[in-house]
Amino acid sequence: MTDDELIWRISGGSGDGIASTSQNFAKALMRSGLNVFTHRHYPSRIRGGHTYTEVRASADPVRSRGDGYNFLLALGDSFARNPQEEAVYGNEEIKPLSENLDELREGGVIVYDEGLLDTAEIPNFDERVEENDWHVYPLDLRGLARDMGREVMRNTAGVGATCALTGMDLEHVEDLMRDAMPEKILDPNLEILETAYDQVREEYDVDAPDVSVPTGEHEETQLLMSGSDAIAYGAIDEGCRFIAGYPMTPWTEVFTIMTQNLPELGGISEQVEDEIAAAALAVGASHAGVKAMSGSSGGGFALMSEPLGLAEMTETPLVLVEAMRAGPSTGMPTKPEQSDLEHVLYTSQGDSQRVVLAPGTVEEAYEQSRLAFRLAYEYQIPTILLYDQKLGGELLNVPKSHFDREPNPTLGKTLSEDALADEPHSADGKFHRFQHDVDDGVSPRSIPGQKGGRFLATGNEHDPTGHIAESPDNRVAQIDRRGQKLDAIRADLDTVDTGSYAGPEDAQYGILTFGSQQGTVEEAVGRLNDAGISVKSYGVSDMLPFPTEQVEAFVESVDEVLVVEMTASGQFRGLVQKNLGRYGEKLSSLLKYNGNPFEPAEIVDGFEAAIIEGDGDASGHQTTFVPAAGD
Amino acid sequence: MSTFSAIGEEREIDRDEYTPSVEPQPTWCPGCGDFSVLKALKQALPEVGRSPEETLLCTGIGCSGKLNSYLDTYGFHTIHGRSLPVARAAKLANPDLEVIAAGGDGDGYGIGGNHFIHTARENHDMTYIVFNNEIFGLTKGQTSPTSPKGHKSKTQPHGSAKEPLKPLSLSLNAGASYVARTAAVNPNQAKEIIIEAIEHDGFAHVDFLTQCPTWNKDARQYVPYIDVQESEEYDFDPTDKVEAAEMMRETEEALHEGKVLTGRYYVDEDRPSYGQEKRAIGEMPEEPLAERYWDDEYEWERSHDQFLDKHA
Repeated sequence: MTDDELIWRISGGSGDGIASTSQNFAKALMRSGLNVFTHRHYPSRIRGGHTYTEVRASADPVRSRGDGYNFLLALGDSFARNPQEEAVYGNEEIKPLSENLDELREGGVIVYDEGLLDTAEIPNFDERVEENDWHVYPLDLRGLARDMGREVMRNTAGVGATCALTGMDLEHVEDLMRDAMPEKILDPNLEILETAYDQVREEYDVDAPDVSVPTGEHEETQLLMSGSDAIAYGAIDEGCRFIAGYPMTPWTEVFTIMTQNLPELGGISEQVEDEIAAAALAVGASHAGVKAMSGSSGGGFALMSEPLGLAEMTETPLVLVEAMRAGPSTGMPTKPEQSDLEHVLYTSQGDSQRVVLAPGTVEEAYEQSRLAFRLAYEYQIPTILLYDQKLGGELLNVPKSHFDREPNPTLGKTLSEDALADEPHSADGKFHRFQHDVDDGVSPRSIPGQKGGRFLATGNEHDPTGHIAESPDNRVAQIDRRGQKLDAIRADLDTVDTGSYAGPEDAQYGILTFGSQQGTVEEAVGRLNDAGISVKSYGVSDMLPFPTEQVEAFVESVDEVLVVEMTASGQFRGLVQKNLGRYGEKLSSLLKYNGNPFEPAEIVDGFEAAIIEGDGDASGHQTTFVPAAGD
Repeated sequence: MSTFSAIGEEREIDRDEYTPSVEPQPTWCPGCGDFSVLKALKQALPEVGRSPEETLLCTGIGCSGKLNSYLDTYGFHTIHGRSLPVARAAKLANPDLEVIAAGGDGDGYGIGGNHFIHTARENHDMTYIVFNNEIFGLTKGQTSPTSPKGHKSKTQPHGSAKEPLKPLSLSLNAGASYVARTAAVNPNQAKEIIIEAIEHDGFAHVDFLTQCPTWNKDARQYVPYIDVQESEEYDFDPTDKVEAAEMMRETEEALHEGKVLTGRYYVDEDRPSYGQEKRAIGEMPEEPLAERYWDDEYEWERSHDQFLDKHA
């Protein structure tokens, strides 16, 4: 926890525009020169229900949601259900305020809409305020918005009040409103913003803010991006011009971004009847010579198992993205978890082959989305990009220059008609699409419509022309050849190095993690080292083929390793042990599966309890410690 | 050479070109109706001028799926029930290809029923041939979605309690713009219908009655058949949806009363295909997308230039 940061939480009802207001506010902070990071918490509900977004801003890089927060803007919930006696959901109208008090730091600020929220409904509110030294500002935001525009514009009034109370200039907020709002609503919004700002400044002494906005400066143009944005742009820059999908939270974001952008690029998006069709369409488009993708979340991805296997067997390049959410079954649709790891690694029958990459940051999401396409097309193998609701939905600033790269539309080992003529064919002219002995196990392919390229793609085992064949010699040759690809891909990935390392190289202890927890772990590692504990971390992205050598070297170099992941069963730790084949006595787990991602303090405390104190009892946190084997 | 020079090439095509050398003789049972589908395709394709290398045949799983082994074109033998989504994406990726999908009644009306409904609804420009033998053949004789009520099999020992699915009516209601039924025992009509289906600009569904002499011995051999266009007993307008629906209803009821009616049931030449609809709203390029990857002149767009400023 640092003092030179603002963690602003805006809370209200689902459907009240919390997400767009917070996004604009984050962008304004970014434009003012700060580094920003947003964290969304929302229910799986159509209208109403407690929702909030946090915007963390600091002059230093921010890579996680941080611990707790220090500024609350509590708006009303327009769609709150009327409480009836003993209703399980209780009094929803007060939740934007009552549900958010536990995580507010000492000395924090509360701005609430007194037009909609009454603190008398919160038990011991005044005592808690006093105890925690909170600064409370009741403002009639709804009334102000109603008088000058419409009630829904109370979000704007809240932002104006925030700026006044934190010493933030209105300039960037106003610029953003001019960019984003249609003229009809722009003027009343600007008026509301300024009036709220002025009123607060008149009414309260704001010269020494309780919590102030830090100042910072960017050396180059920054973009506010989510993991979903980055994955979509990576796909576009790698020449993907076909996507098929079916809506499912949280994968819908990537699908939507692609769908909205593809027409401009002369590409095609198809929303289809189910996820079986979605994956099968991507296979069909890829087979016909277009770079194609599909994707889903847990349950939808389960339906893709069979087309996934078909792509593996027919060696059709295919990229699938899997946006994890809390399972099993429908689970918690809007909450993050990493528990689809094993599902994605092992689903589909037989000795199937695939690549699985799990990016850890927005920057990596872009790079590994591109990498997924490159590997899929160069090696003719399905590649799955595994991420989660956290990485997909959180926004942070990334330098624009990160995306200033050349496009790569190449199809990989695909033959032109000229080149096809020199390749082996059967006497009847059938092209040997699946040759036994080829470099890296990759046999070059043809595309339907090419002269001299006809072959059969089939999910059955097949001979070099694709003809169904069950002879033992052919079977062994084909399965061995397809298996060879993973060795070649591992060697290729070793030159890319997708891993992320933090902390001193000669550290005594280690933390292993994968995917979206990387940023939070790295922040925790910084704090642990500041506190005199020598620890380093390794965020692993290659789930399959696994970087066994690198992970082994990391584990070997330290006394003990804590594996941090958002699963209940320690799936990533299991994967590490499976690949390393030993070190069970060195690896313990810190797990979280309550629907919320780790905060850095939970990892700091969890690490101290697990490794330093040894009992794993990190009281006050909803994390779970699983000791190493033999402990 | 251009990228896809097999497409649109002007030349005489010999029907032997479609016979593979590896397995020229199909392994279907003697007397199987599937032979007739193969024969009709081998006759129809040269006649419509579509060569093996500009044709993509996508099949499902079952006896019918073996069609890919016996008709030598570009082929995609997919998985059970999924020939249609693979086929329609290939058509969107490269509309210049002749795309034909085929499968059995279990494949198309059972496990792949959802895809059938939606592909018909969307009116993709392709031909879909369903080998309808009212039985699961490859798995040795289980009751299928089109088996008549009361049909006894190892999996329905007391006779099926289910009414059979009505494929023609389903197809019409789902949105297919060409619906026909033919029978293996009627090769001339079969060839003509397959030619019409391939030439039709939209989703052309052919329910092809293919007798199974091994596993469906009680079923008729679909003789004698009646061509509803030729018979004087029937008079309806296949371009009229209401009349088509009524004729389909009569045909589907008559089948299990020993009367095999075949012919063209619905033909809508005016409805735009899905590709045309997509292009009209600007969601599909005019030039085949598959060509672009071979165009050295094409300047590939970058997200950096096109989309990123709105994030600043």
